Amino acid sequence: MAKRLDIQDLNLHYGKFHAVQDVSLQVHARGVTAFIGPSGCGKSTVLRALNRMHEVIAGARVEGKVLLDGEDVYASNVDPVQVRRTIGMVFQRANPFPTMSIRDNVVAGLKLAGEKNKKHLDEVAERSLRSANLWEEVKDRLNKPGGSLSGGQQQRLCIARAVAVQPDVLLMDEPCSALDPISTLAIEDLIAELKKDYTIVIVTHNMQQAARVSDQTAFFNLRAVGEPGQLVEIEETGKIFSNPNQKATEDYISGRFG
Amino acid sequence: MTDSTKSERHPADAEPGAAAAPSGPQDPKTPAEPRSDSKVVRIGDRVFHSVATGSGVFVIALIAAIGLFLLIRAIPSLQANEVSFLFSREWQAGDPDNLRFGIIDLAWITVASSLVALVLAMPTAFGISLFLTQYAPRSLARPFAYVVDLLAAVPSVIYGLWGFLVLTPVISPVAVWLNTNLGWIPLFADGNIPVGTGSNVFVAGIVLAVMILPIITGVTREVFERTPTVQIEGALALGATKWEVVRTTVWPFGRNGFIGGSMLGLGRALGETVALTVILSATQEAPSYSIFDAGATFASKIALGSAEFNNNMTVGAYISAGLVLFVTTFAVNALARWIEGRSGKGKE
Repeated sequence: MAKRLDIQDLNLHYGKFHAVQDVSLQVHARGVTAFIGPSGCGKSTVLRALNRMHEVIAGARVEGKVLLDGEDVYASNVDPVQVRRTIGMVFQRANPFPTMSIRDNVVAGLKLAGEKNKKHLDEVAERSLRSANLWEEVKDRLNKPGGSLSGGQQQRLCIARAVAVQPDVLLMDEPCSALDPISTLAIEDLIAELKKDYTIVIVTHNMQQAARVSDQTAFFNLRAVGEPGQLVEIEETGKIFSNPNQKATEDYISGRFG
Repeated sequence: MTDSTKSERHPADAEPGAAAAPSGPQDPKTPAEPRSDSKVVRIGDRVFHSVATGSGVFVIALIAAIGLFLLIRAIPSLQANEVSFLFSREWQAGDPDNLRFGIIDLAWITVASSLVALVLAMPTAFGISLFLTQYAPRSLARPFAYVVDLLAAVPSVIYGLWGFLVLTPVISPVAVWLNTNLGWIPLFADGNIPVGTGSNVFVAGIVLAVMILPIITGVTREVFERTPTVQIEGALALGATKWEVVRTTVWPFGRNGFIGGSMLGLGRALGETVALTVILSATQEAPSYSIFDAGATFASKIALGSAEFNNNMTVGAYISAGLVLFVTTFAVNALARWIEGRSGKGKE
C-alpha cells in the first residue's frame, strides 16, 4: 500500500495535438500532491495518464515512463485493468452506479475483482464508509440506491468505493468543484485523514484548497493556446504559495496571471 | 480552449461578467419598448401554437377514427357470427347469411411467428448495438450502422420472395434436424404441414427477425450510446474490463430502452403482411402448436381474403380480425413507449 510515483519525461498526444510536454516529477508516498494551473495546461491529462485512463479517448498516446515504486505502468506486459485496480480515481462529478445500492457501490470494485464472500464484503463496506466519514450518515439505509444521497455524500461514496479496493495511489480530479463549501470541507478533512494510508494526487482549480490539503504542489502552465502544457515547477506547498521559484507561478497564484 | 482560459480569469477581473450581468435582467424589465415587439412575437407564436396543437390533435383523431371505423364495421358481423369469434377454428366468411369465423388459429400463427422473430432478433440486435457503441472503431461504426438501418428500407415483398425462394431451401435441413432431434419438445414437434416443405412459422419467424432487426438495433444503439461517460469512467477506474463496464453501466442504463425497442419490433412483426402472405402456405389443417405449423396471420388472412370482399358482412368478418390486430399492436406499442420512458427516469 501507499506507493511512490515517479513520472519521467511524460509526453501526451491526442492525435496530432501535443497536449503535454516533458513532464517529470515525483509523487511521495503517504502525502498529498496537488496539481494546479490554468485550464488546458494538461494537469488533468497528466493525472489521467497515471492510471492509463486517457486510453479511453481514441487517439490518445503516451511517451515516457510512470513508475509505481519502480515498476513502469506502461511496460508492455502490464494490463491497464490491473493498473487501475492499484491506482484508484475519484472524478469531478460524483458517479455512483445509479442502479446499485449504497453497499453494492462501495464493494463494486471488490466484486469486479472476484470477491464473493458476503461477510467480507460487508466488513469492507463498513470499513470503507467509515474511512470516507460516511458510515454514520448511511448505515441505516445501505440498501437504498447510491443516487439517493446528496452531492457531497455521493462524492464521499465514490471515495469509499475507491478506497475499498485498497489502492496504492488515489487520484482525485477536481473532486470538490461541484460541491458546496460545507461538503468541500468534509472532503478536505477526509483527504487529510486518508493521506496517512494513501498516496494522493489531487487536481484542483481552487488554490486555497491546494494550500490547505497538499504537502507539495506542482504548477502547470502553457506558453500559449495550442502549445503543449508543461510543468513549471514542483515544490513544497508552503514554498510555492509564499516564495515560488518561477515568476509565472507567482503571477498565477497572486491572480496577476495572464 | 480560449473560452475556458477566460472564464478562469473571471474571479480576478470581473469586468466582462459585470458588464454582461446588468444588461441581462434589464431587458425584460423595460416595459415601454418591447411591448410592440412582443405583440408581433405573439401572433407568430399563436399561429405556431395552433399549427402544432392541430397536428397533434389530428393524429389522435385519426387513430380514434380508424378504431371507430373498425369497431362500427365489425359489430354487425360479430353479432351475426354463428360460432365463437375468439375460440373457433373455422373461417367461413364468404356467405353473408351463414358467417362462421373465429380467430384462434390466426392468433396462434401471428403470435408464434412474432415470438420466433423476437427470440432471434433480440440477442442479435443486442450484440450489434454493443459492438457498434462499445467495440467498433468509430470509422467502422457509422457505415455499419447505416447498413443495418438500410435493412428497414427493403420492401417487405422482397423479404417475402427472399424467404420463400432463397431461405426456405437453405434452412429446411435445419428445420428437419431440429424436428428429428428435438421433436420431443412440443415446439419442435411435427406441424400441420410436412416439416421439409418450409413455408411455416419457423421460416416466417426468421424473415421477420431480419425485418425487425433495424428497429430494435436503432433504439438499442441509441440508448447504449447515451450511457454517461462519467459512469463508464467510474467503472474503468475500479479496474473493470470492457465486458464488466458493459455489465455495470451500459446494461443498467440501456436495459429499458432495449426492451422497449424489442416491443416496437414486436409491434412491427405482428402487423407484417406481404412477406408472410408470400411465405406461409395456407392450410385448413388444425395447428399442432409447433413452430413447423403453417396457416395465416391476422394480416396475411385479410390480404388473402380480399377476393371475398363483395358484401358488408364478409368484410365485417375480416375487419373484426383487423380490429384485434389493431388493438394488440396498439397495446404492444404503448407498452414499448412506457418501458422506454422509464429508462429515462431510472437515471436520476
